[in-house]
Amino acid sequence: MKKRLALLLVTGICLLHIIPFFILINIAFKSPQDTSSKWLTPFYLYLDNFGNAWQNANLGQSLVNSCIITVSGVVLVVIIGALASYPLARFPTRWNTLIYTLCISCMIVPALTILVSLYKLVVDINGIDTYWAITFVHVAFALPLTIFLYTGFLKTIPRELDEAALIDGCNRFTLFVRILLPLLKPVTATVIILVGVIIWNDYQFSVFFLQNPEIQTVPVALSGFFSQYQNNINWVAAGCLISILPAVVVYLFLQRYFVKGLTEGFTK
Amino acid sequence: MNLLARTRLRQPQELSKQRVIIPKRRRAHWSINLMYVPALIVLSFFIFYPFFQGIHLSFTNWDGYSAQFRWVGLMQYGRILSDQVVLRAIVNTFIYGFGSTLLQNILGLAYALFLDRKMRGKGVVRTIVYLPIMISPLIMGYICYFFFQYDGGAANDVLHVLGRTPVDWLSNGTAAVWIITLVNTYQYMGISMLIYLAGLQAIPREYLEAAAIDGASALARFRKVTLPLLMPSITISVVYNIIGGLKLFDVIVAMTNGGPGDASQSLSTMMYTLYFAREDAGYAAALGIIMFLIITVVGLTMLRFLRRKEVQL
Repeated sequence: MKKRLALLLVTGICLLHIIPFFILINIAFKSPQDTSSKWLTPFYLYLDNFGNAWQNANLGQSLVNSCIITVSGVVLVVIIGALASYPLARFPTRWNTLIYTLCISCMIVPALTILVSLYKLVVDINGIDTYWAITFVHVAFALPLTIFLYTGFLKTIPRELDEAALIDGCNRFTLFVRILLPLLKPVTATVIILVGVIIWNDYQFSVFFLQNPEIQTVPVALSGFFSQYQNNINWVAAGCLISILPAVVVYLFLQRYFVKGLTEGFTK
Repeated sequence: MNLLARTRLRQPQELSKQRVIIPKRRRAHWSINLMYVPALIVLSFFIFYPFFQGIHLSFTNWDGYSAQFRWVGLMQYGRILSDQVVLRAIVNTFIYGFGSTLLQNILGLAYALFLDRKMRGKGVVRTIVYLPIMISPLIMGYICYFFFQYDGGAANDVLHVLGRTPVDWLSNGTAAVWIITLVNTYQYMGISMLIYLAGLQAIPREYLEAAAIDGASALARFRKVTLPLLMPSITISVVYNIIGGLKLFDVIVAMTNGGPGDASQSLSTMMYTLYFAREDAGYAAALGIIMFLIITVVGLTMLRFLRRKEVQL
């Protein structure tokens, strides 16, 4: 009896949480002439919404842009973050501790509070509508978390390993590259997942720094599309569905890593 | 080349000799610190410099594009006190922050407690509850807009079936604020659930079993054993949610764009409007500093308050 009740509750929770997606799918597959309730699934195949959304929202180009910015941002953050964490974790002199505190304290500076001056800066260095400016802004705001995760992980690797490698002929740098870097794989996976999700989904920076439609990322392109075709919700829904699909598919396939990555990212 | 090869060859001997002399805390060469220079450059350029520049701009009357502006002292901060729209935005910011924190943690904890056992469908629930975390909050806002739309929205269809008149959910400021809070909760309650599930798994089963043998009821076990041991997770979850809620931006833009009027603006959307639509950059910068102060003070106060309640195993 108790088991039945639990199963009933599980089903209820799942149905409740799936409602927004269920409605989204219904709208996306309905023809604009069909004015039946959004709760009803259409029993005909109508795919024009997707084609129209793809074209009018410029989704192809924006998916490419999102990929470029996300991949380069994640790669840079991993390299710069891992490099920085080694001296900060291993040689906690007074000076390095200060620098570490400074880096970590950036985590509480919400990006939007410095929006005005950040935008001014990007305008001044001609960074509007370029890949590199938005990428570096993302890198800057992802670095504190990355350094925090990497230093935390490095501190759990015993120092005896360093000593052994030094005796065997490594210098400090090759020690890091050859011995420690391969050991950092699990935390690197965490960083890639956390930072990747943040950059891929970002709207607050992209909307300011990417104004040219040719360089816009998916959320920005979609927001332009939404304000233009607000009355044609079937198109907008199809656009939304296409844009969430990559993230959802990756999540469903790599779920184990995502859950592990998120758990480590949030509880460390 | 030759020299390089030789030094490399000599190094191991030297190092092992050093190890004999000073076995502990061998000092590294200062050059190892060069490794964090790239990070420092990026952070100084894109965070530290704009931060101080932002403080400077908040004392000026800059309009956002002209080359000339002048120092106006605390004038921009003074404006806040008599600006009803901004005061409303500050109140909304607190509702977004505390409202969604409260909801996310209660729901997240309830779900985690329910799922923390062997049962069928556990994995499916986790997958579905975590799914919205992966989606852009902006798109989540659009998806939920279809739900709360006036004309043919899914929520109004339910009212229609029940024989009630449709409600224009988002054109009522107070309702809009709470709907946005709800959407934010729906999207990110998975994070609280995730943190609590990890926390629950770290509690030794023996403690609960011992309490059960001693005759503690389920409620007493939860209050006296589970909850105190879960305090570290509560701290993380609450502080994380509150910071996330106070800086809410995307969902508001997607669902109401701050409207109707300015009734559902938060500090972040208010800044955006002031800077880009109303050419009031100095004022927007001042709001940014206020927002920074609010988030820092609230975040650190919560952190200290909750940390004091944590117990050691």
